Amino acid sequence: MRNIWTIARREYKLFFISPIAYVVAFLFMLVLGLFFSLTMYGSISQMAYSPTAPSPQMVISPMVTILLFTIPAVTMRTIAEEQRSGTMELLLTAPVRDWELVLGKWLGSFLFMASLLLLTGVFPLVLNFMVKPGIDFGPVIAGYLGLLLLSSSMLAIGVMVSALFANQIAAFFISLGVVLALWLSNQFTSYVQGFWKTLLDFLDIITHFVSFYRGTIALKDVVFFISLTALFLFFGTALVEWRRWR
Amino acid sequence: MIQVEGLTKDYGKRRAIDNLSFHAEQGDILGFLGPNGAGKTTTMRILTGYMPPTAGRAEIAGFDVVEQSLEVRRRVGYLPETVPLYPEMSVFEYLKFMGELRNLRDIEDRVDEVLEVVHMEERSDSYIGSLSKGMRQRVGLAQALLHKPEVLILDEPTIGLDPTQIIDVRNLIRELGKERTVLLSTHILSEAQQVCNRVLIINKGRIVVEDTPERLQSRLAGSQRVVLKVRGEPDGLETVLGKVPGISRVNLRPDNTLEFELTPGQDVRPDVARAVINSGFDLLELHAIDVSLEDIFVELTREEPQPPSVSDDGEEEAAFDTDEIAEDEVEE
Repeated sequence: MRNIWTIARREYKLFFISPIAYVVAFLFMLVLGLFFSLTMYGSISQMAYSPTAPSPQMVISPMVTILLFTIPAVTMRTIAEEQRSGTMELLLTAPVRDWELVLGKWLGSFLFMASLLLLTGVFPLVLNFMVKPGIDFGPVIAGYLGLLLLSSSMLAIGVMVSALFANQIAAFFISLGVVLALWLSNQFTSYVQGFWKTLLDFLDIITHFVSFYRGTIALKDVVFFISLTALFLFFGTALVEWRRWR
Repeated sequence: MIQVEGLTKDYGKRRAIDNLSFHAEQGDILGFLGPNGAGKTTTMRILTGYMPPTAGRAEIAGFDVVEQSLEVRRRVGYLPETVPLYPEMSVFEYLKFMGELRNLRDIEDRVDEVLEVVHMEERSDSYIGSLSKGMRQRVGLAQALLHKPEVLILDEPTIGLDPTQIIDVRNLIRELGKERTVLLSTHILSEAQQVCNRVLIINKGRIVVEDTPERLQSRLAGSQRVVLKVRGEPDGLETVLGKVPGISRVNLRPDNTLEFELTPGQDVRPDVARAVINSGFDLLELHAIDVSLEDIFVELTREEPQPPSVSDDGEEEAAFDTDEIAEDEVEE
């Protein structure tokens, strides 16, 4: 356990030393800020016709898309860079189990994403001040929990892919591809039947996320994202192991 | 301490090491010598638990490197060939991180101690990225010493160091080797000669020879080599020399000097000089070359073993001897 924490802490600190953290955070806040202001201006100008305040979920939904593109950038370095620079040899000959290494790498990235999500909390707070009599924080909290769980599974994919490569760019594009494929899989459900349809329906991240978005926390969705995380971290460990045997 | 039996590793179809067996006890400094690609790094990586062997077994301090990998890794200090460092960390942070990974107690005191050992205490707050190659090498060494390992495995530990540092590191290794087992690889032969108490020459994944540096040297140095130079073309000199007893393997070298070996225990150089002058040649030079570990190394790791016949050997050896010739000329 201590090893996981040691690796996670180094990983987390590294984000703030390397420019990645600042670039990702800047993009995240910029895009989200643009969405937020546009929605606000839009609803102010429509005030005369439809006097309804923008729903707090308007902060959550753009973040899903932003996450999709930023998470591969967050995880691309994790294991690929260790392999490129030769420090993998150090980690694999230290008394650390392979799964502790992978879990530590994931935890560090997860903590970074969580910090970033915490930072975006200013938008619902701003909205709360602008709307009378304030917003309902229930769906916001559920939405953020959904975002955390979604990030957790996407980060696991990214860390797994990073274990495959010694090149960050390759790791970035492949994890982006995997994440996008999972994202778009629900588009194909109407073209397939039987087992494949059941599988695609089950894997549909959007469906599992939407319930959080609507403000409900369903155990089956929580379990879904946690299982997805565990599965990809397991694959990631297997890949690190496989590297040794080559 | 280190026990290796029948170790074999294949990378795809290529066999990197082939049925290696050796052992080292506490207090041994075992030198691993070989040309590039001989399998030194592969063997070290297997011993440190980085990767498993294809066949054979290896034990460190009684623990199997595959089955009890974590126990082995706790007891081994390893300095890989490309020193594994995080350039964005300071020397202190890096060593602290390694100490944490190894679950050490009083990490900060221990970091200060090893920094002193490698003479880096003044640079403890510098970022690793800003250090020179020699300093990085020393930080890597500090990392390998951090947990007071019973076994030290050092892959080319003095590479990139300046001469004073090389002497320092060699002394350090000798010091460490008193209580531990050290396995170091090098292709600097004089290093093995100075530091190690046993040398293992490995080529193409096989052990060519295993002995003490002194015995290795005397094994071939039993026959001393002599270089002879005359004015003009040395035509017919070979026949003249062939008549002198106690001489073998006469070679005509491309620069018109002759090289031959003396039978051990018989210095017949005066006889050679007399014979040369009596045959009407003007003798310019007659000097002995010491057979160094370099020569043994070249001899042992040559592509194909050559029969020790006079004519065949001449051309083969020419390529290796050019350096030596250059040196001789400088001496004149």
